[in-house]
Amino acid sequence: MLVSLKNSRPAQFGLLIVLFLAAYFLVPQSETSYLWRLPPLLKSFPGWINFFLDNLMFKWFTVDVWDPLWQDYEEKTVFRIITRSIGSAILFVIILIREFFLGGAQTISALFSDAWMDANEWLSWPTLPWPAIVAGAAILGYQLQGIRLAMLAGIGFAYLSVFGQWEPSMQTLSFVLVSAPVCFFLGLGFGIWGYLNKTVEMTLQPILNCMQTLPHFSYLVPVMVLFGVGDHAGAIATIIFATPPMIRLTILGLKKVSPDIVDSGLMSGCNRFQLLFKVLIPTAKRDILVGVNQVIMQCLAMTTIAAFIGAKGLGFDLKVALNSLEIGKASEIGLCVVLIAVILDKYSLAWANKQRDYFANQTFYQRKRPLIIFLLLTLVAIALSYLGGIYFKEGINYLYYIPFNKGFTISPFIDAGIDWFWESFFASLNAFNVWLITSVLVPMREAYLGMPVVSTFILVMGAGYIVGGIRSAVVVGGLILFIALSEYWDRALITAYMATFAVLVSAFLGITVGSVCAQNEVTSRAILSVCDFFQTFPSFIYLIPVILLFGITDTSVMIAAIVYAVIPATRYTVEGLNSVPISLHEAGTMSGVSRAQRWINIELPLALPHIMLGINQTVVFALFMVILGALIGTIDLGQIIMGALSKKGGAGIGLALGIFVSFMCLAVDNLIQTWANERKKLLGIN
Amino acid sequence: MASNETHTTNTRPVIACESVFKIFGENAAKMLAGTQGNVDAKAFQDAGCIVGVNNASFEVFQGEMLVVMGLSGSGKSTLLRCISKLTHATAGRIFIDGQDLLAMNNKQLIELRRSKMGMVFQSFALLPHKTVVENIAFPLQIKGMSTDESIKKAMEMVQLVGLLGRENYFPRQLSGGQQQRVGIARSLAIEPDIWFLDEPFSALDPLIRKEMQDEFLRLQGVLNKTILFVTHDFDEALRLADRIAIMKDGVIEQLDTPTNIVLNPATEYVRKFTEEVPREKVLRIESVMDPLNESEILSDLKVSKDAIIETVAAAVLTERNPVAVTDANHNVVGVLHPSRVIRVLFGDRDRQPSQQ
Repeated sequence: MLVSLKNSRPAQFGLLIVLFLAAYFLVPQSETSYLWRLPPLLKSFPGWINFFLDNLMFKWFTVDVWDPLWQDYEEKTVFRIITRSIGSAILFVIILIREFFLGGAQTISALFSDAWMDANEWLSWPTLPWPAIVAGAAILGYQLQGIRLAMLAGIGFAYLSVFGQWEPSMQTLSFVLVSAPVCFFLGLGFGIWGYLNKTVEMTLQPILNCMQTLPHFSYLVPVMVLFGVGDHAGAIATIIFATPPMIRLTILGLKKVSPDIVDSGLMSGCNRFQLLFKVLIPTAKRDILVGVNQVIMQCLAMTTIAAFIGAKGLGFDLKVALNSLEIGKASEIGLCVVLIAVILDKYSLAWANKQRDYFANQTFYQRKRPLIIFLLLTLVAIALSYLGGIYFKEGINYLYYIPFNKGFTISPFIDAGIDWFWESFFASLNAFNVWLITSVLVPMREAYLGMPVVSTFILVMGAGYIVGGIRSAVVVGGLILFIALSEYWDRALITAYMATFAVLVSAFLGITVGSVCAQNEVTSRAILSVCDFFQTFPSFIYLIPVILLFGITDTSVMIAAIVYAVIPATRYTVEGLNSVPISLHEAGTMSGVSRAQRWINIELPLALPHIMLGINQTVVFALFMVILGALIGTIDLGQIIMGALSKKGGAGIGLALGIFVSFMCLAVDNLIQTWANERKKLLGIN
Repeated sequence: MASNETHTTNTRPVIACESVFKIFGENAAKMLAGTQGNVDAKAFQDAGCIVGVNNASFEVFQGEMLVVMGLSGSGKSTLLRCISKLTHATAGRIFIDGQDLLAMNNKQLIELRRSKMGMVFQSFALLPHKTVVENIAFPLQIKGMSTDESIKKAMEMVQLVGLLGRENYFPRQLSGGQQQRVGIARSLAIEPDIWFLDEPFSALDPLIRKEMQDEFLRLQGVLNKTILFVTHDFDEALRLADRIAIMKDGVIEQLDTPTNIVLNPATEYVRKFTEEVPREKVLRIESVMDPLNESEILSDLKVSKDAIIETVAAAVLTERNPVAVTDANHNVVGVLHPSRVIRVLFGDRDRQPSQQ
């Protein structure tokens, strides 16, 4: 009995579940029992964070600074001076780019005195006519890749203007054009550092884990405290969120470069810099590019969230539209975000793949042709807008600048369509909604809330012990203990229940769809491009259609989370199954297995470690969406994190709760990674 | 170990190694200091160290091709990497053109690589993001040569290795043989004196390998570099080498000309390799000829002492009388008895050839 238990994982998990259930039913639900709930010993944890931030910003390390406005010395903390200077530097660049597109005098005025600016009112950058920028985008696309990218960029930018989203779009664009390069260089820099120095890499690893699993909302308040409110604060929050994948992919890419390539670089006589910038980084280009791609996606995904701390642009309008349930409007704005994301993504890919021609003997005109054409087209656009000014005598000059929400719109049609849909299908949708909530979600929630803390620990630490021995058990237990000692254990259980439900359904759907599609090459490629396409969508976009179907309920959040989280599950399943060597398929076929037998006995076991890494992602995605669900009102951790945005001392609460969510992710991550790595080693795949 | 210097005309060694050791492991240097040069691989292994190169001493002369032969794990690549300083030798001294390699600082080393060394890799190690011509121009650009000039020079190299018309291809668009031609062209772009080749043809198909060996011999005929060539293929070593160093467990078992290795294997290990070698393909007439004896009646046929036996065997063995052997100036320097040829080629297959 004991021996079989030692060798059989299923038996171990069986025993674990028995113990878990025993604890679940035997421990009484009494508020005084520590087996039921642990005392909130870490209640003041958020307070500590607030205390620290407060002192950092207002008390510690003060210096006297001369204030020219008041003609007096003022006491300021060094830290505050640093953060504020970073903030204003970023803001300056954002506004500079914004004014290039939209015109203005703010950055120019920084160079001259106010009085001089007032005397010379002509000194202001004019708004470029939108057709000129559309032409510029198209030419850039043509130059980078060809006619297809030119069409995409041209039509995409034209859409932004024609649908009256020009101003917020340009605001978002300027915001991304600042944060994405910052993320890129920071990520590349830290990535290189981590690659060169083992200690740095070991230190970065846990920090990156934490940063990537912190829900976005949770660091908004700390960022607000440190950097103030506005576009720059949004940009900084975005940078915190979007840099980790870049760092990670840079390290990964550099590590994958074959040692022979490094040697060949050395033997070519490279010094350290040449080796790094001419050999290592270009060779690791593929992975670094994936990083750039991620950065752009993350930056756009953050636009709505950054809007909470004052970033202007599409995100802000989208938030407003979502809050007032204008689905048509929200869809149009959402499409703008997606378009910008897709175009920037394609630009970055094309730029990185561009090849230089050494043998072309070009004249000055040939070399400068794109620039000349752009200038010519700009002149044409100015002339057109001048003519437009004569034609549209009163009101808006549509050829020059289409103000916000004054463009063409199809939102009434969308809204009408939705109303029709809502009226015709309300009964069935509502029935499903009610059924799901009353017979699945509520009982599941009650079950989670009725779980004594001791049985939770038996479950997670037991799983840790079985998978990774005592070390895993301690790590996982420690992470969960941190949450259990706070006041927010019940809320955390609700978050956990929502995430669990979403993960179970997405994993099931993802593995099923992935397995079916992986059966042949055409469908594999098709489903992978579908995944690519949906991954370009910023996460909150998913909330739009579900609200319209199910209203503001837990069901909506669940469905959004499932749709969002099913992407990695599907992708990793297809990739995992496709990576099973053909020779094994053939060996199976020659042993006379059927398709289903091959799937169960050969493909699935070999692909499972990779699929589990997908499930790991699914967990993170699902948790993020559940927290994001607070946008449309749920009552878990997310709601308090959202609430913290407008509360005094919210920084501590927001960050503390974010850390709890992050720890949940990390606990799951630890279990899955440990298992997958061990399994991969056992199967000899890597 | 009989050291037979056939290239005594080249007096100055380009590469000289004196008791080179490379031992992997944390306390390697400390342990090595305690052994006074007698390394017991077993003892080191127990201490968690792996002996890569064990007391290697040899010289390579101007224009000579030394082939280092050994099975995988024998330390042959490690030895090459010590001499190209891709790894730092644990102990010993290495001289390149009289300069102490191990005493060089990084700057001097880079300068040395930029001016004197070229290396070809088994896995080709081409930069995937650069085209053929960019790959070849790379070492030149690294040196600081202008783009135009380096591309021009690289195009010459493209022509030299016969890849004209493919200069704008990316490595992934080329076959293995073509990729290695690029690797060769790249290693030659800076016109190095010393040419390292680390199993350059091992990743290629047999037919392509043969073709590349021919190509390599042609290039060497034109360029006359000092070459250190690593291979695990004994036939390849015999075909290309001026001298062969056979390695086992980090130790150089024998270092000699192909002929001497085949005729006089120094150790049991070397003998195992030579057993299966078709000697007629390796040995030259010189190694089977007897001294000139005035009393003998010679046939009319004359053969060069440098001819490989295989190429003249049919003619020599069908002669009734012994055949005169001539040197490069057509002077008769010896005589070849068909019976001796047959005895060397086919006799005593199961006994030590040295007993003949």
